[in-house]
Amino acid sequence: MKMIVAYVRPESFEPIRQELLTAGFPSLTIAEVRGSGRQKGMTEQYRGTEFTINMRPKLRIECVVEDGDVQVVTETVLRNARTGAVGDGKIFVLPVEEAIRIRTGEYGQEVLQAHEAAESAV
Amino acid sequence: MLVLPALSLADAQAFEQATSDEGLAESVHVNTIWVLVCAVLVLFMQAGFAMLEIGFSRAKNAGSGVAKILTNLSIAAICYWAVGFAFAFGTGSSEGDLIGTTGFFLSDFGNAQEAFFPNGLGLSDAIIESKWLFQFAFCAVSLAIVWGTTLERIKYSAYVVYAIVFSAIIYPIGSHWVFGGGWLQLGETALMPTGIQDFAGSTAVHLIGATGALAALLLLGPRKGKYAADGTPRAIPGHSMPLVGLGTIILLIGWFGFNAGSTLNATDGRFAEVAMITLLGGTAGVIGAFIATTLKQKTIDIGMVANGMIAGLVAITAPSGYVELWAAPIIGVVAGLLVVFSMLAIDKRLDDPVGALSAHGMAGIWGTLSCGLFTAPRLAEFNAFGDPAGGLVYSGSFTQLGAQAMGVLIAFTFVFLMSYGTFFLIKKTIGLRVSDETEDAGLDVVEHGMYGYPEQFIPAPEIGGHSFGPLVPPRGNVPSPVTPAAITGRTEEVPA
Repeated sequence: MKMIVAYVRPESFEPIRQELLTAGFPSLTIAEVRGSGRQKGMTEQYRGTEFTINMRPKLRIECVVEDGDVQVVTETVLRNARTGAVGDGKIFVLPVEEAIRIRTGEYGQEVLQAHEAAESAV
Repeated sequence: MLVLPALSLADAQAFEQATSDEGLAESVHVNTIWVLVCAVLVLFMQAGFAMLEIGFSRAKNAGSGVAKILTNLSIAAICYWAVGFAFAFGTGSSEGDLIGTTGFFLSDFGNAQEAFFPNGLGLSDAIIESKWLFQFAFCAVSLAIVWGTTLERIKYSAYVVYAIVFSAIIYPIGSHWVFGGGWLQLGETALMPTGIQDFAGSTAVHLIGATGALAALLLLGPRKGKYAADGTPRAIPGHSMPLVGLGTIILLIGWFGFNAGSTLNATDGRFAEVAMITLLGGTAGVIGAFIATTLKQKTIDIGMVANGMIAGLVAITAPSGYVELWAAPIIGVVAGLLVVFSMLAIDKRLDDPVGALSAHGMAGIWGTLSCGLFTAPRLAEFNAFGDPAGGLVYSGSFTQLGAQAMGVLIAFTFVFLMSYGTFFLIKKTIGLRVSDETEDAGLDVVEHGMYGYPEQFIPAPEIGGHSFGPLVPPRGNVPSPVTPAAITGRTEEVPA
C-alpha cells in the first residue's frame, strides 16, 4: 500500500477528483495549505505600503491505494495539475504499513476498496 | 459684474425671494426638507446594494465591491450634474418630447419650477438642488443595479466607461421618457392611447438598470465553473448571508425615501399612504418568496427570501402612488412568487449572481403592468398621468394596461440597444472580462493588490504584529481554560 500526497494548485482539484472518481478511487482527503517552493512570493499593497506574501495557497491531496494503482493516480494528477509554469506543485509517494476501517474493524487491502454500492455504480 | 454670476446660480430666484422682506413660502421649507431627507435615504441604498452584492460574492472578490460602488457613484455625480439632469428633466422641444435640453450644470435655467418638467417635478416648490440630489440618487440606484449580473469577472475599467455613458445618456433619456415628461409619459401617440404610469420608477429606474445588466451579462458570459461541461448549472455560494440580510434591510429603509419621496411634496400628506403601501408591497414580497421557495425547494432559501423583499419593493415602486392599500399586498406577493421561479429559470442559462434580472427586471415589468390593473381612478386623476378611468379592475378597459406594456417594451428596447452597443465597444477595445488567472485568484488581489479579508488569504505569521498568544500575563479577570477536569470534576488522568 502507498500513500500519495500531492501538492497542487487549488483550481486543478475539480478535474482530478472527477477523473479519480470515474477511475474508481473515491476515497481521498484534501487540505487547504500554504507553502513555498520555487514560485516567488506575491507582492501586495495595503494603503500604499508594499508587502510580500511568500506562502502561496496550495491544495494537499492525500490518497492511499494498492501498490499497482499508484501510477493511475499520479498520472491523473500530473495530467490535470500541470500548467507548465513554476508553482504547479509536487507529488510524494509514501509506504503505508497498515489500513484499518474504523466502522467494521477490517484491515488490509480490502479497506482501500470503495463501498459496494459506489463500485457497482461506476 | 455681480449680476452675472448671480444669474447663473441655480437657485437665484429662490435666493432673491428668501432675502427679500417677503421670504420663502412655508411650503418651500417643509417640501425642501422632505425631498432632501428622501434623497439621503435613497443615497443610503448604495450601502444596501454594496452589502447585497458583496454578500453574494465569494470572499476573494469582497473588497472589489467597495471600490466599485464608490467609483460608480462618483462618476455618476459629475455626469448627472453636467448633462444628465438636463436631459432627464430639462425643457425640450415640446411636451412629450425625446430629450430635455435646458439646465446643463444646473445653471442658466431661469425659474426652476417652469424649467424642469412643469407638470411633474415642477409641481413641487422644493428648492431645485434638493430635487437634483433626489433624482441623482435615483440615477445612482439604477447604475448600481447594472453590476449585479457582472460580479466576480468584469474588468474594473468597464465600470468607468459604462458609468459615464449610463449616467450621462442612457438613464437620463430613458427616465425622461418614462417620468420626466417625455413621450411615453405625456405623448398620446399611435402606439399608446394614454401615457405610462410609473410613480417612482419600476421601469424608469429598476427595469432600466436590469436591462443594462442583461446586456452586460450576454457579452460577459458566466463565471468559471458555473456550468458543468454538459451545461448543468452549479451553485457558487456567496460568502456572507448576514451581509445579504443587512443589505436588504438597508434597501427597505432607503425605499421609503424612494417611493414616499417621489411625492416631492410633504404638504398634502400623500407621502404617508405611499410609505405604507411600500411597506405592504415589500413585506408581501417576502411572503411570496417564502411560499415559492418552500414549495419548490422544501427549504427556506435565505437569499431567495431577501430577493423576495427586493422584488416586492421593486414591483410596488410604479404603483405606489397610484393604487389603494388593498392592492399593495397582491402586487408584492405576486412579485415574490415571480422572483423565485424566474431566478430558477434564468439560472439554467444565464449566470446572474445576485438575481438582478429577476428582482429588478421581472419584478419591474410586473410592477409597471400592475398599474394597468389596479390604478385607482381618484389617484390617476390626482397624479394626472394615464387614463383617468383607472386600471382594468376599475375601468374594465385595457387602455392603461396596454400603455404600460408598450412603455415597458419601448424603454427596454432603447436601453438594451444602447447598453449592448456600449458594452460591445468596451469588449472590442479595452476588454470586458478579466483573464482566467485573475478570476481564479480573485479581483481583490489582482485588480486592487489587496484583499477584502486579508487574514483569510494571508497566513497569519506573514502579517506583521502576529503573535501566537500573550507573552505577558493578561490584566483583569480572564476565564480559566476549559479542561476535562473543569467539566467532569474528575482529577485522575484520562487513559489514552
